[in-house]
This record gives sequence, C-alpha cells and structure tokens, in this order.
Amino acid sequence: MRHRSLLVLSVALTGALTVTACGSRGGSSGGSSSSGDLTVTIGVDAPLSGQNSATGLGIQYGVQIAVDDANKNNTVPGVKFKVKALDDQAQPGIGQQNATALVGDSSVLGVIGPLNSGVAQSMQQVFQTADLVEISPSNTNPALTQGPNWASGNKVRPFKTYFRTATTDALQGAFAAQYAYDTAGKRKAFVVDDKQDYGAGLASIFQSSFTKDGGSIAGTDHVNTGDKDFSTLVTKIKNSGADMLYYGGQYDEAQLITKQLKDAGANIPLMGGDGIYSATYITTAGTEAEGDLATSVGIPVDTLPSAQDFVAKYKAAKYPGDYGTYGGYSYDAALAIIKSIGKSMGSGGKTLPTRAQVVTGVQNADFDGIAGHVSFDQYGDTTDKQLTVYQVKSGKWVSVKTGSYTG
Amino acid sequence: MHTLPQQLANGLFLGSTYGLIAIGYTMVYGIVQLINFAHGEIFMTGGFGALTVWLVLPHGTSLWLALPLMLIGGVITSVLIALGAERFAYRPLRNAPRLAPLIAAIGLSLALQQAVHNLYPNATSARVFPQLKAGPWNIGSVHVQSGDLFTVLAAPICMVLLAFFVQKSRTGRAMQATAQDPDTAQLMGIDTNRIIATAFAIGAVFAAVAAVCYGLRYGQVQYDMGFEAGLKAFTAAVLGGIGNIYGAMLGGLVLGLAETLATAYIADVPGMHQLGGGSWADVWAFVLLILVLLLRPQGLLGERVADRA
Repeated sequence: MRHRSLLVLSVALTGALTVTACGSRGGSSGGSSSSGDLTVTIGVDAPLSGQNSATGLGIQYGVQIAVDDANKNNTVPGVKFKVKALDDQAQPGIGQQNATALVGDSSVLGVIGPLNSGVAQSMQQVFQTADLVEISPSNTNPALTQGPNWASGNKVRPFKTYFRTATTDALQGAFAAQYAYDTAGKRKAFVVDDKQDYGAGLASIFQSSFTKDGGSIAGTDHVNTGDKDFSTLVTKIKNSGADMLYYGGQYDEAQLITKQLKDAGANIPLMGGDGIYSATYITTAGTEAEGDLATSVGIPVDTLPSAQDFVAKYKAAKYPGDYGTYGGYSYDAALAIIKSIGKSMGSGGKTLPTRAQVVTGVQNADFDGIAGHVSFDQYGDTTDKQLTVYQVKSGKWVSVKTGSYTG
Repeated sequence: MHTLPQQLANGLFLGSTYGLIAIGYTMVYGIVQLINFAHGEIFMTGGFGALTVWLVLPHGTSLWLALPLMLIGGVITSVLIALGAERFAYRPLRNAPRLAPLIAAIGLSLALQQAVHNLYPNATSARVFPQLKAGPWNIGSVHVQSGDLFTVLAAPICMVLLAFFVQKSRTGRAMQATAQDPDTAQLMGIDTNRIIATAFAIGAVFAAVAAVCYGLRYGQVQYDMGFEAGLKAFTAAVLGGIGNIYGAMLGGLVLGLAETLATAYIADVPGMHQLGGGSWADVWAFVLLILVLLLRPQGLLGERVADRA
C-alpha cells in the first residue's frame, strides 16, 4: 500500500503547491553609485515577470529615464539617483514583502508603484508606518485614496503617504459607459470581471453607470486571473444577445477572451479599462482585437509635445514593455519625488531630507510633467482628471475621444 | 439549454488536452511509481520548441507546411528534456526513499520554468503562437475552430498508436513486464533502464502534441503554462486511475466536461447562483476529484495491475 500513500502525499503536495502557486522572487536592477555624492534610491514595485509584466516593465523604465535625466541635468546638485526595481508578480503578498524590503533600505526616499490596485492595498500600511512616500502611476481603485465608503460620499483619506498620478475608476467606468451608450450606440452589455480590486470595482461602476444611462445588462460572470480557456463563458455571452462585452481586469485574460469570443462567432466588441490598454493585447489577440475599446487615464503620451523626448529615449534604449500612459506617469511620479527631495535638502544642500519631509514635498507638488500637470488633492489623488477612449483600428490603439467625465 | 451541444463540445476540446498530458503522468507512474511533477514543464518546453521552429522558418511560410515541422521540433525538445530529467534527476534516486524523487521533480519543475523565463527571448509575458487560417465550421449548432479540430483529431490518433504500441510491439510488452515486476523483468533480459526512459519519452511526445494543441487553441504559449495544465492533467490521471493509459484519456475527458458543464449550468440550479460562473471551474474540478477518490479510490478505470503500462 506504499503506492497509495505516495499518491495521497502527491495529492496533498499538489494542493500545497496550488496555494503557493509561485515562489517569491525579487529581481533588482540599477547599478552601484559613485562615491562623493549623496545617493538616493527611488524604489519601484511592479510586476516585472509573468502576468501584467509588459505594463510593469513600462513603469520600471519610465522611472529609469526620469532618474537618468535627473542625474544628467543635475536636477538636485550633489545627489545621485538610482533605481531599485522589485518584481511583485502582480501578487499582493509579494508586494508587501517588497514594501518591507524598500522600507528597510535607508537610501530609499520614495517608491513608484505598484501597477495593481490589489497589490497597492497590501503595501500602503507598510509605507505609512515608515513615512515613506509611494506614488502609483496606475492604481485606479477609488478606495485607495478615499477610503472604503467613498461611493456613499463619505470620503476619508486612509494613508497620507500614498499618492497617485492616475485618475480613478469612478470616473473611468462612468466615462466608458457614457461612450458605449452615447457614442458607440450600445444598449445591451455583458459584464465580466476578474474579481480583483481593480477589475471588480471597475466592472461594477461600469454596470451601474451603463444602466443609469439607459442600457441593460445581458448577464454577468467572473473569471480567475491566469485562466486560459474561456469557451464556456463565450458560449454564454454569444447566446445572451449582448451587443458588447465589458471586461474589468487586465489584458492577460482579456486578450484571450476577445479572441475566443470572436472565434466563437460573436462579433461584438470587448471594452475594458486601462488594464487592457496594452500593445500586448493586440499582438496576442491578433485581428480579433479589431474594434475593441479601452479607456485609459490621461492623454495619449505619443500626442503630447512634452513627452516626445521621453518617447524617443524609451525607444532608443530599446526598453522592453509598454511605456503607454503609465510610463509617462511613472516619469512624472519619479520627478515629483526628485523635486521634493531637491526642495528640502538640508544644510546648504549637504544633507538629505527625511522621508517625512519628502512626503510633505510631494503633497505640495505643483509642476507640469511630461504627461500632464502634477499636483495632488487632499486625498492624494491627481488633480489631472483627463481620460481617453481608445479603439483598435488596423492593429493599433487609436484614441477616439479625450476628455473629462461630465456626468 | 440550447447551448448544451456547444458546451459539450467545449468540454471535449478542453478534456482532450488534459488527457494527452495525463498520459505522461500515468505512463511514468505505471512503471516507476513516480509522480513526475516536472511533466507540466515538459509540456511547456514542447510548446516553446514548436514555437522556435516557427520563428526560425522563413517569414511567410504556410502554417500547414510548418505544422508537421513544429510538431517534430516540439517533440524533440520535450523528449530530450524528459530523457535528461530521467537520466540525471530521477535515475540516481531510483533506489532512494520515495520522497526524494518527488522533491527532485518539484525542483526540476521550478528550474525548467525559470530557465525558459530567463533564457527564451521575451518569455516574460505570453509569446504569440501562429494560428491556422481555416474554419470555423458550424456542425449543427456547434461552432468548431481549427485549433479545436486539431486537438480532437490528434488525441484519438495518439491514443490508438499508443495502445497498438503497448499491446503489440516488443518494447510495449517489455514495458508491461517492467511495470509488473522490474527486478524479474531485468532477470529475463529486459534492459529496464531503457524501458523506463522509453516511458518518459512517450509521455513527452504526448505532452509536446498537447502543447501544440494548446498553442493553436489559445494563440499563445507562456513560461508558466505548464503549472496549471500539469495540475489538471495529473488530476485527470488520478481520476481515470493512475497507471492506466485509457484511464488517463477518460479522466481528461471527464474532467474537461465536468468543468465546462459545472461552470455553465450550476448557476441555473435554484439556490446555487453564487456557485456558478467561470471562476468556479477549478473548484468543481477538484470537488469531482475528491468525490471519485472517496467513492472509488482506484480511479474510474482503476489501476489494472496485470497489464498496466
């Protein structure tokens, strides 16, 4: 019966492996600094491998360009900046470990990241306790800055060290619904989300806005991140009579859903939030992505005169990943930290500010970044509320509408 | 319920892939009582092997011409890795306590995954796999893709060839003998090392075919695709009766169908609304596994000791 016990052991082990699906792995980049100057590390936390990594790498290298520029232009005299990038694999647990590691490194005076709202939630408290400023270029869940009861109007800022350069899903979801109903003429939406803070939040805001605008909901469903086979789901969607699919989540699943949906013969567009606005989405989904829609925060970076230098540098360096909007916002977030450090240098520029001073400096930031104006309101949210709807046309994301949500 | 034929077809397509990978678990377990947890990664490397062939072929080659070459490339990659694993990771541990090769398998699985992740260009995120430009076909109310069609054709062909091989060929009979009693088989002049290596190689061939099916169905391969697919295939092998090659295929099909039907229809059962939907697929798959293990611990077809292969 030793075979049986081996089998039981294997089954148990399989279970254990599922729970801990991946081990933790931290990658770091950024070289050593020269002596003489004061050295400040800008931490980065984003998914640099696996799920969402194309977008995550865009954040890492957006910060890298900001740091290179600051070093080259000597933005803060006597201070050399370097980047320490940690991989959170889009997992809250790993994000929290990374936050602890960054807090423990005394040369870190500010952190950019993370990509995912769910990961941000696990990191906020760690940074708050250490008075370390964290600016996310991409988190859009309203609760992160306005507290869990934001929807009922009871807004309370939970963490004073947390800021973001992206506007929230409350605006993004409503903006998407407005576009879908008014401009695209859609009336019956099927709504799917990935049950993550970001995806589920966005989907529910879309759903309520779309119904309020006059549309109806043909059905709802959820998927797991990492799923590959959506044949059951697309069969349901196809038979529901929906004229569009709204997906709250990331491109990893969305690109497969849209492909399988169109392959199954349902020619309705998929619309999503900034989580699907990625070049990878089109590469993977191929021609099936044609006509799909995505909202994203900000104005398309490529069209901004202020960002041309950034785009050129990113392309020249052949960095991997999508710089997209987040690359530009990461640059601006890093710049906010660098400027804040510059403003509060002590004893004639010879000593570095404390972490708490950097937080105050960021709160008072007020400058034009490459992707828009950078300043924060009393919740730590950006005051720049621009949004853009993109559509896949001839294998490229093309902006079709830019503006602010007007209710 | 007008969607039922389509959902059954979906389950069949999904289950065929599970079944193909499950063969590898079951063959190796049947002969050396080892759960080769690196088998999911052997499947994954097969996918990358096939993709590599596609990438080195001249741009614009028809996929119909390339596909046989890709299959061969995937099979060679998987088989080489499986043979290497057997020779250098498992053979030295063959007489060690049973826990040791199991741990080696898990270590190997992580190592292979990370190696592809780090060494293969741009494997940090999904790599695009070429798509057959044919179909889709409507058979009654069922909508069939070219990738699905490839899968449901490949699975039975592979199964028939394997059954024929195990029953009729000298090597196949030697495998059955080794499975029954390795020591006596050796005394009878069977090179058991070669037979065990053959079992690994056959599992790898099936895994590579499954990986090409996966690539054609989903249009992508990624470095971590082996984990979940391997887990499901292992479940399918246990479900069908581990050690039994027909059981592996049956287990795969049952698992694929159960997953699909449960996610499609459980939400319609009164009072079960919360338990329906795509995100519950894995839960139902494992509920099924637990039920089978409780009610019929040897699996659906059982481990046929006399002629397992």
